[in-house]
Amino acid sequence: MVHDLYQEIILDHSKRPRNCHAMDDANRKAEGYNPLCGDKLKLFVKMENDVVKDVSFVGSGCAISTASASLMTESLKGKSREEALKLLEKFHELLTTDTPVSNELGKLVVFCGVRDYPARVKCATLAWHTLKSALTNPGEPVVSTE
Amino acid sequence: MSTLTSEVAAGFDVEKVRADFPVLKQTVHGKPLVYLDSAATAQKPQAVIDAIRKFYEVDCANIHRGVHELSQRSTAAYEETRAKTRRFLNSRSKSELIFTRGATEGVNLVATAWGRKNVKEGDEIVISALEHHSNIVPWQMLCEEKGARLRVIPMNERGELLLEEYQKLLNPRTKMVAVAHVSNALGTINPVREMIEMAHRNGSLTLIDGAQAAPHMKVDVQALDADFYAFSGHKVCGPTGIGILYGKTKLLNAMPPYQGGGDMIRTVTFEKTTYNDLPYKFEAGTPNIAGGIGLGAALDYLTNIGMERIAAYEHELLLYGAERLSRIPGLRIVGTAKEKAAVLSFVMEGIHPHDIGTVLDRQGIAVRTGHHCAQPVMDWFGIPATTRASLAFYNTMGEIDALAAGIQKVKELFS
Repeated sequence: MVHDLYQEIILDHSKRPRNCHAMDDANRKAEGYNPLCGDKLKLFVKMENDVVKDVSFVGSGCAISTASASLMTESLKGKSREEALKLLEKFHELLTTDTPVSNELGKLVVFCGVRDYPARVKCATLAWHTLKSALTNPGEPVVSTE
Repeated sequence: MSTLTSEVAAGFDVEKVRADFPVLKQTVHGKPLVYLDSAATAQKPQAVIDAIRKFYEVDCANIHRGVHELSQRSTAAYEETRAKTRRFLNSRSKSELIFTRGATEGVNLVATAWGRKNVKEGDEIVISALEHHSNIVPWQMLCEEKGARLRVIPMNERGELLLEEYQKLLNPRTKMVAVAHVSNALGTINPVREMIEMAHRNGSLTLIDGAQAAPHMKVDVQALDADFYAFSGHKVCGPTGIGILYGKTKLLNAMPPYQGGGDMIRTVTFEKTTYNDLPYKFEAGTPNIAGGIGLGAALDYLTNIGMERIAAYEHELLLYGAERLSRIPGLRIVGTAKEKAAVLSFVMEGIHPHDIGTVLDRQGIAVRTGHHCAQPVMDWFGIPATTRASLAFYNTMGEIDALAAGIQKVKELFS
């Protein structure tokens, strides 16, 4: 049933997304765009000593992409760059493979229903792709902290 | 349920029509399929499936080449579609009808073969604000190559083109006016006859993208006086990968070929090649033979029902659907032109089209969500996407009711 996809926590985060604001003192910034559905997302990351000190986003998207961005920001704070990228990998596995659900994912396991909706995988991963670009591409627009 | 008001629509036996479409007799996620995505591709009646099957089972051979029986049969069946298309579009002759892969290739053919020869630096091509990407990008590519300028006819908030603005865009540099007959994202029926006349008075040529018009109304290229008219087979209940480009003989004769290869030549030496006559000059290589034959069966099928009857019935469906949907609080129909065909595009307050599409799908209802290959249209309305229910003559009032009930479920889930 469709409730496997739209679990309570996803509906909650889509209606009241957390960390949904711009960040003036971010030192990493990237934009994600899903041309298929027009979803746009701007991600702001504040890294300190290779650790995600703060992260936020703004954008317009469907319930899945908004909830995914919201829950992503919650689960990233305090993680090292390496841990964040590892989490991305685990999250991608959750959506695209049948491997048993990793307990490292915490709350993010609510997205396991997306597996059965291949057309929606891109919605759930938009924020994470944007994160990867923010953390790994030095060429991406970097917000001046001044 | 609404009652059919027009006499023509009232005599329309939709259940009999539905029996001709095998794909409609299925359940999706445990619910009867409600297919409301015909603007993306129309479903195929048994007659089309049978024609393709017969070609591969009985007549399969290459065309225009062999002297053997099978090649004769397949050539005759394929060429018969040209004759059927001549009647379908009321063109003067069969040689003005070129087989393409679809409307997109039709536009590309003209933008390339006609455009490269006739468009120069500083010239202008006029398109409209409600075009599908397929009638934007080929012209943009041409303009980029030639240093020409793309001008865009604006529209109002109902999705109707502003003809007085169009008139102002026309000038001696305007070489081509390329517009959709019917908008795929909004359903607007453009006054193309008048627009063609305005272009001609200015000395400009016209190309009409008929992809969304040919399935829904009687098209008469002579009455329109269109210089070029393109449509896709798969949107008129035919197979994918086949379409037709109509062009006036004089224009087609003056154009260089589009692609080189077999079938489009008369003689070839390493020094020089002479090209074949129309329409073969524009048909290089072995075509989609099965597709062409299937298209013929589709045109027969539509013609037997009658385009006027189809248009009348679909108009009733559209009015009923618009009325039904506009009663849902928080739902806004995008595209409310006075002259409209078969499309109900809408947005819902606080609910993204993708979520609407997924929840409807789980109730067996197929709609399209997204920008519908018309990103400038979405930008104009300031929305990223819409949900689009597009109608065909095999849809019923009951299916509109199912859509309305489905939307109610969407609201419950996301409220």
